[in-house]
Amino acid sequence: MVAKFDLNDDQVVVIIGTGAGGGVLANELAQKGVKVVALEAGGRYLPEDFVNDEWESFGQLAWTDARTTSGSWRVAKDFAGLPAWIVKAVGGTTTHWAGASIRFQDHEWKALTTYGAVEGANLLDWPIDGAEMAPWYEKAEAKLGVTRTGDRAGLPGNNNYLVFEKGAKALGYKEVHTGRMAINSADYDGRMACQQTGFCFQGCKWGAKWSAAYTDIPRGEATGNLEVRDHAHVARILHDDTGKVTGVEYFDKDGALQMQKARIVCVAGNSFESPRLLLNSASSMFPEGLANSSGMVGKNYMRHTTGSVYAIFDKPVRMWRGTTMAGIVQDEARHDPSRGFVGGYELETLSLGLPFMAAFLNPGGWGRGFTTALDHYENMAGMWIVGEDMPQLGNGVTLSETKDQHGLPVANVNFDDHPNDVAMRNHAYRQGIAMYEAVGATRVFPTPPYPSTHNLGTNRMSAEAKDGVVNKWGQTHDIANLFVSDGSQFTSGAAENPTLTIVALAIRQADHIASEMAAGAI
Amino acid sequence: MTKHDLRGLTRRQLLSRSLAAGALAVTGAGFIAAPNAAWAVEVTVITPDQMATLLQMARDIYPHDQVPDPFYAVAVKGYDSEDMKALVAEGVTALDAAARAAGFDSYVAAGWEEDRVKLLQGIETTPFFQTVRAGLVTGLYNQKEVWPIFGYQGESFSQGGYIERGFNDIDWL
Ligand SMILES: Cc1cc2nc3c(=O)[nH]c(=O)nc-3n(C[C@H](O)[C@H](O)[C@H](O)COP(=O)(O)OP(=O)(O)OC[C@H]3O[C@@H](n4cnc5c(N)ncnc54)[C@H](O)[C@@H]3O)c2cc1C
Ligand code: SF4
Repeated sequence: MVAKFDLNDDQVVVIIGTGAGGGVLANELAQKGVKVVALEAGGRYLPEDFVNDEWESFGQLAWTDARTTSGSWRVAKDFAGLPAWIVKAVGGTTTHWAGASIRFQDHEWKALTTYGAVEGANLLDWPIDGAEMAPWYEKAEAKLGVTRTGDRAGLPGNNNYLVFEKGAKALGYKEVHTGRMAINSADYDGRMACQQTGFCFQGCKWGAKWSAAYTDIPRGEATGNLEVRDHAHVARILHDDTGKVTGVEYFDKDGALQMQKARIVCVAGNSFESPRLLLNSASSMFPEGLANSSGMVGKNYMRHTTGSVYAIFDKPVRMWRGTTMAGIVQDEARHDPSRGFVGGYELETLSLGLPFMAAFLNPGGWGRGFTTALDHYENMAGMWIVGEDMPQLGNGVTLSETKDQHGLPVANVNFDDHPNDVAMRNHAYRQGIAMYEAVGATRVFPTPPYPSTHNLGTNRMSAEAKDGVVNKWGQTHDIANLFVSDGSQFTSGAAENPTLTIVALAIRQADHIASEMAAGAI
Repeated sequence: MTKHDLRGLTRRQLLSRSLAAGALAVTGAGFIAAPNAAWAVEVTVITPDQMATLLQMARDIYPHDQVPDPFYAVAVKGYDSEDMKALVAEGVTALDAAARAAGFDSYVAAGWEEDRVKLLQGIETTPFFQTVRAGLVTGLYNQKEVWPIFGYQGESFSQGGYIERGFNDIDWL
């Protein structure tokens, strides 16, 4: 029985956003008997609704509400209104994601200690470490059915992977495999095995890839403790004069303003919307926005050092067939400053269909230099770079002059690369190009970053209240019954794709919130 | 190109010069058509000459010699609208003025792609060029019918994915 809670029920936990963080937290709390109202700005789509067509799917799932950009990053020029490629739907960006699920390396929890102070960067150690997180990672891997963890087999490699693997081995790379993926290599947890359809970014129509939309959300609802309200866009978090949060105001699907009372509020709107909401909730008591005594709300935005390398061969590859992210090289993920930068990066195969390739290969490019590349689309292979970028005070989210359809100031996203990011990206371009040249590439393309898919750090976790927004549980330093539950908690970005860590943190946070509630502490 | 191919067109309105240069389309009252009359686009708001210019621009911005004209025509057809009318009129006038300054009768009349590309580079930062270029990214490449020309296979769910249809069939490594 799907629950239905009263707007005046002040005992519920309200979760804002139902993606990797919020969707998992909602289910985990519901399983423990906690009453939850999850408010999601987007609509509800299931595998039968997903469309295997890049632009049509983008139109269906992506967050296209207004945002603005500034700074020297190329995205601000090429995609001024689209700083991020993320989802507005029940399940959040776990509908779009590729499924790469890898743990942080132990030293990455201690970025400041390991790398030392880096000029221009605002590095900090996480208040938690690999040992603390290991059991939560294990639970997250079991939930997502991550391949090559537990007793789950790896996926078979597709054409794009086979080219990539051959190049990697030619360069002497050792840690090369088809990845640890939240994609079933065999039936698992009531979901079928991957059919190598090649539309992982558009929502897996087979349900072979884990998404909160068709796992955690319906399971949470089945407990009778979770009510998910879709098309519910939260405008503001409310508080009383003791400074505790008391509920939220949201626009419902008809555009009417509603107020839901709450015992606890958890913010999980991804790294642009979560700080935007805290800033838009400013009041006479908290003029700089909620939970912002440190001034760190919206700061230290990280997006991973990314970029792609595409290559053309003299024979067909047909990279679009099969899993989008079909394999990984991990040899460069280590911290080895002799390469000219701190931190490390992963190389992962990536494929785009023809429509997206035209948009992203060289945004703004035209003429024969551009079109002869697409002429050989069938002979292309591709990989994506994902590496640790530096948190910087100047990078982040502030409130824009522009207003959204509800009249609320939208997020402006400012970003400049740090010299460490640039050095890492250039190193990765060279290595990726060398891999493809070792397999006989006739032409290579060091492709610039896409609108951000990994968005981190804008409400960061810190041991001390002055350095960040939340403590080791994701609880805001300033307000005991206000939590942050998404990727904006990240203190540093690490080299790894973030979602496994977001999910592990959400499972751990649910445990903490439930026991604190039981103890009457919040 | 023979006169025979042009039956049905109002001769007075033909761009005789561009035809002599082998241009890809001919214009008539209210439409532009392939020189061999294999296809035609009707225009109701902008002029046939303006549509012919847009079509040539589309080919010069994203030239794929293996992609026939109708795909490009579909991609620019949307400019035949009240919303776009002013932008197109102004843009085409400026482009043709630049062409005349460079010694051509018009942009379309410049016979070599290299010459036309230089003219386009001269207007690259204008809203007109940027609008046309950006529109083509989806207007051209998001036509499902154009995908097979590039080998792209589109959706595969209805056929059960590639698990038994060549996801790992590479044979030259
Ligand atoms: C194409 C693509 C591929 C990716 N591949 C990988 C991968 O292979 N591995 C990996 O680890 N990560 C990957 N990611 C990243 C991953 O999807 C995100 O890191 C993750 O989903 C972020 O989780 P989140 O909880 O922070 O936010 P999200 O999952 O984005 O969820 C946020 C939700 O909050 C909702 N929301 C926002 N504001 C409000 C509001 N005011 N009121 C109500 N609801 C609101 C949004 O609509 C959204 O549904 C990929 C992302 C993309 C786009
Ligand atoms: S390749 Fe596999 S995981 Fe990706 S969409 Fe297809 S079936 Fe799903």
